[in-house]
Amino acid sequence: MQRVELKIKYNRQLIPNIYEMCLEGDVSDIRQPGQFVNVAVDNLYLRRPLSVCDYNEHELTLLYKVVGRGTTRLSLMHEGQEVDILSGLGNGFTTDVPYSNILLAGGGIGIAPLYKLAKELKSRGKKLSVALCFNTESEIFYDTAFKEIGLNDVYIVTVDGSRGHKGFVTDLIRQQQQMFGYFYACGPMPMLKALCQEVNCPGEVSLEARMGCGFGICMGCSIETTKGSQRICKEGPVFKKEDVVW
Amino acid sequence: MVAKTSVNLSGVYLDNPVIPASGTFGFGKEMAEVYDINILGSISIKGTTRQARYGNPLPRIAEGSCGVLNSVGLQNPGVDAVVSTELPELRKIFRKPIIANISGFSIDDYAYSCEKIDKEKQVEIIEVNISCPNVHNGGMAFGTSPDMAAKVTAAVKKVTTKPVYVKLSPNVTDIVSIARACEDAGADGLTLINTILGMRIDIQRRKPVLAQKMGGYSGPAIFPIAVRMVYQVAQACHIPIMGCGGVATAEDVIEMMMAGATAVQVGAENLHNPYVCKEIIEQLPVVMNRLHIDSLEDIIGIIK
Repeated sequence: MQRVELKIKYNRQLIPNIYEMCLEGDVSDIRQPGQFVNVAVDNLYLRRPLSVCDYNEHELTLLYKVVGRGTTRLSLMHEGQEVDILSGLGNGFTTDVPYSNILLAGGGIGIAPLYKLAKELKSRGKKLSVALCFNTESEIFYDTAFKEIGLNDVYIVTVDGSRGHKGFVTDLIRQQQQMFGYFYACGPMPMLKALCQEVNCPGEVSLEARMGCGFGICMGCSIETTKGSQRICKEGPVFKKEDVVW
Repeated sequence: MVAKTSVNLSGVYLDNPVIPASGTFGFGKEMAEVYDINILGSISIKGTTRQARYGNPLPRIAEGSCGVLNSVGLQNPGVDAVVSTELPELRKIFRKPIIANISGFSIDDYAYSCEKIDKEKQVEIIEVNISCPNVHNGGMAFGTSPDMAAKVTAAVKKVTTKPVYVKLSPNVTDIVSIARACEDAGADGLTLINTILGMRIDIQRRKPVLAQKMGGYSGPAIFPIAVRMVYQVAQACHIPIMGCGGVATAEDVIEMMMAGATAVQVGAENLHNPYVCKEIIEQLPVVMNRLHIDSLEDIIGIIK
């Protein structure tokens, strides 16, 4: 972990309530897709934990949904402003898995940490199927970004069927009848639970929680796992499928 | 003249009065990756109980203006694991006196855990938590009755020769009566205050934010309350006080000491700013110089 001041390169709305913020500066503590940062927001006591969507040597990109006071204030920040960030938090996804046919499933804002992961896995020559799941057509974002990585199998799933496959990610999997070797998922808990029950292969899920510190000292986000008590912010946010107690 | 920051807590000498409060610093190892924790006066380690505890269901964290509401519920690996694993790990990275924070659900529990901890050489002070608002049938129940507070204090004093500091709850009508009961029962010192019982409601979902509904509120919002209680207790008692509650700056440390604290614990601020204790320790001599304070011991309880 490192506390850094990063400068906003841009902060733009993608669709109503969903924003993409790109920050420049020392991001050397981010080493793995699926890690997160804890963002200080003016006049609010707790930092806001946000998944890192993408990063390179000198910048990182965050995707966030405006849900309350913190994310509202974040959405009003603009280019050139400095942001106080605790960087390089959490474990991130395992990227060196020995499987080739891989499923990535993201629900809503949960697609954020899968973007850099998709890039990383593609560079390792993996065959990827990406399922981006939303409630309805007007809530779809980042589908083009995923396709621009050069992935052929990017599926859109909407609960109401207004675009792409109708239903949930589990419906898509049943239709496709593909055999996956491994999966990664991030999204609402009911989605992650259904997915873990549906697929036979091993995999990992990224969880979220209200956090006090974000770096393991307050025990505010501990959950019971099959390996005992684990902190979402420290041992997680990514957990192996078999470690999660549903 | 070099500013003298050292203080004496019942014969335990600290280089400086800055101590991370129990539950906001774990057992030190996460923070040791952030800065050299040996600059601290001491550490009050995560509260320990007889049995391991998972704690309360999530969400356990909510926010208020200038503070955090938590309902963690004394999650800890149990006193045996603290003795066998956590303290040996801490010893490798921290060479200063340690304060062990003990909680329980019966007088017997408190005595059991303190007896175990008593054998730990590096633990130089035992802090008895009778004020956790997040556990039922225990914790705060002992801290809201002078009689129960005295019984716990007496039971713990019987099983240890180390200085015993009782950590008091602010969720009482008259903290002075509790403080006096502990002093009369043999407490060597007092820590105050623990968190203030609070609650938040998610008005969109029409549900409490915390799964446990209520939790303990801490952070700069409670600092004036903590100063007031430290002052009241200091006026009434003759044992040292560790002041705690919303401390965020070197100025706050000095204010708390002027109110009557001999040492000062920093809690919630560690979550918001992991470097806060380091920053306070670096700033203390600067602020002392500005205020013409040669030695911190000169200002303890100067407000009468």
